[in-house]
Amino acid sequence: MVTVRRSTVIDAPIAAVWAALRDFNGHDRWHPAVERSSIESGLRPDQVGAVRNFVLTGGERLREKLLTLSDKDHSFRYAIVESEIPLRNYVAEVSLKPVTDGDRTFWSWSSRFEAPKGREREMASLVAEGVYGAGFEAIRQHIEARRSASRFANTESHAGPALDGTAMVIDRYGAAEELHAAPVAAPPPGPGQVRLRQTAIGVNYIDIYCRTGFFNLLKPPGALGMEAAGTVIDVGPGVRHLAPGQRVAYACPPVGAYATARTMDASLIVPLPDSIDDETAAAGLLKGMTAEFLLHRVHPLRRGETALIFAPAGGVGRILCQWANHLGATVIGATSSEEKARAARAAGAHHVILPGEQSLEDQVSALTKGRGANVIFDAVGRDTFAHSIAALADCGHLVSFGQASGPIGSWDIGALAARSATISRPNFGHYTDTPEKVAAITSRLFDAIERRIVSIDVGRRYRLSEAAAAHRALEARETMGSIVLLPDSNWNGPQ
Amino acid sequence: MTQVYTSSVIAAPVDQVWAAIRNFNGLPDWHPAIAESRIEGGAPADQVGCVRAFRLKDGGFIRERLLALSDYDYSCTYSILESPMGVENYVATLKVTPITDGGRSFAEWSAEFDCPEEREAELVDLIGKDVFQGGFDALKRRFGG
Repeated sequence: MVTVRRSTVIDAPIAAVWAALRDFNGHDRWHPAVERSSIESGLRPDQVGAVRNFVLTGGERLREKLLTLSDKDHSFRYAIVESEIPLRNYVAEVSLKPVTDGDRTFWSWSSRFEAPKGREREMASLVAEGVYGAGFEAIRQHIEARRSASRFANTESHAGPALDGTAMVIDRYGAAEELHAAPVAAPPPGPGQVRLRQTAIGVNYIDIYCRTGFFNLLKPPGALGMEAAGTVIDVGPGVRHLAPGQRVAYACPPVGAYATARTMDASLIVPLPDSIDDETAAAGLLKGMTAEFLLHRVHPLRRGETALIFAPAGGVGRILCQWANHLGATVIGATSSEEKARAARAAGAHHVILPGEQSLEDQVSALTKGRGANVIFDAVGRDTFAHSIAALADCGHLVSFGQASGPIGSWDIGALAARSATISRPNFGHYTDTPEKVAAITSRLFDAIERRIVSIDVGRRYRLSEAAAAHRALEARETMGSIVLLPDSNWNGPQ
Repeated sequence: MTQVYTSSVIAAPVDQVWAAIRNFNGLPDWHPAIAESRIEGGAPADQVGCVRAFRLKDGGFIRERLLALSDYDYSCTYSILESPMGVENYVATLKVTPITDGGRSFAEWSAEFDCPEEREAELVDLIGKDVFQGGFDALKRRFGG
């Protein structure tokens, strides 16, 4: 058994050295002995058990398997499983430690193996100098090169051509007619970015606020849209949670989802489980994430509470009804037509109230033996706000999360004393602005979809080029379920 | 549990650095904060389980028990039995590793302990900087670094 151990100190913080070394499929980017590297069987480079296939600069082939990987210890171990170089039972370990005295990195690279009799010294020297020693020098240069590159990051152009696509954009705030098609180019992803080929795009009421200028999330000209699903084309440096070919979705700023291809920050993009198809994700991610934080974070709904849900047949409303019912609440839907009332009941509303001779608050009172609703989810806004306050139970909670009928205007806070009411005005962004928050919310949402607690109903599909028609239908409140846009090239719906 | 980790590079081969720090009774020989040291009960300083009693130059009195000593890993682990620092369950390890590139040594000194939350920052600073880095700085002055 031959033992080789080499170690060095790299004059860079441990995070920078680990970023380069951790990529089990990235050694061809820096090690002079490695010509080409690929991972077999479509595994991810940080999947323990992955096998990398090296072609060395001398032409030899080598297959190595990842045995352990630890982001905590900054270390990994791997074994040669097949080699044209006579190394047998070769197991190696790469391990980094911080040198706190000077913010440098101690790097140890060691291995044990067997070599043919008489060739032990030759093989030990090849491994120690040709592989480990040469690797140390290469990483020094690699990190230095990246350092100087980042100094000129503003002028850096990323390799490869942009991908041409089409987007639905507005040149100024206004009505649905302002939406028109325009060519876009998705550039190769920079650090922290991902490039997507989009397969389904969600339409949300917030898109209308962006189009009219009610929200200033988009400064025209630009494409609308906050939500889409698709496939990763490529990822930029530093992106670890996504890989080319992976199915993903997002519901996050910046605005610009109405496009066939897009390059954007990768941090808030989530991988999709196999059980959730692209259309379901595009139709349900933003609305489902909204329902998740409304029912679990803004007002953690308790068994036995009465929840009044406006627009219970709409995108978010339908999910709220399903989930609130599952959580053990008494669900009352407030809607405008018999058809929508049927949809609300199908979604889990125990009672539905329609406009009638009695006011909304009187109808809620009658259904709750005079107590009122413990929580009200109201995205209608101007037309319902006063009724919502009147329909609350004592110490009730009004969650105002939209204003489809218009701005609510100014209110005297003293009016809340009539019910000791709490009012929340949650903003999607504050609940979904970090990868950790998005992971927590989507994890519970995907689980709820898989367990059929929540079903995402794609109400209508439109070609991406027909985005204006989709907006008109949403504004006219003539839709039930969610609306998705499909790239015209993917269109296989009714002609 | 609070953790402290300090590491440095000493410009001497690991055998030389280890020879300087291996002696559990030898802190006054190399650590600038230590005035004098003895091993209780006349035990040899490399007997695992022995207790060193030493006095700091500022007057503080400390007793520490040798829990593990490895000439194979060049490491020494010990716990505090008594000290003026106000820490509980304190266990520390001092370890050197060869840096084959240049014949130097990678020195690590780490500790885990419990303390009141409001004293954590002060103790981490005291242990990490004054005790551990202070020791490394002395070794660097002696061997280069």
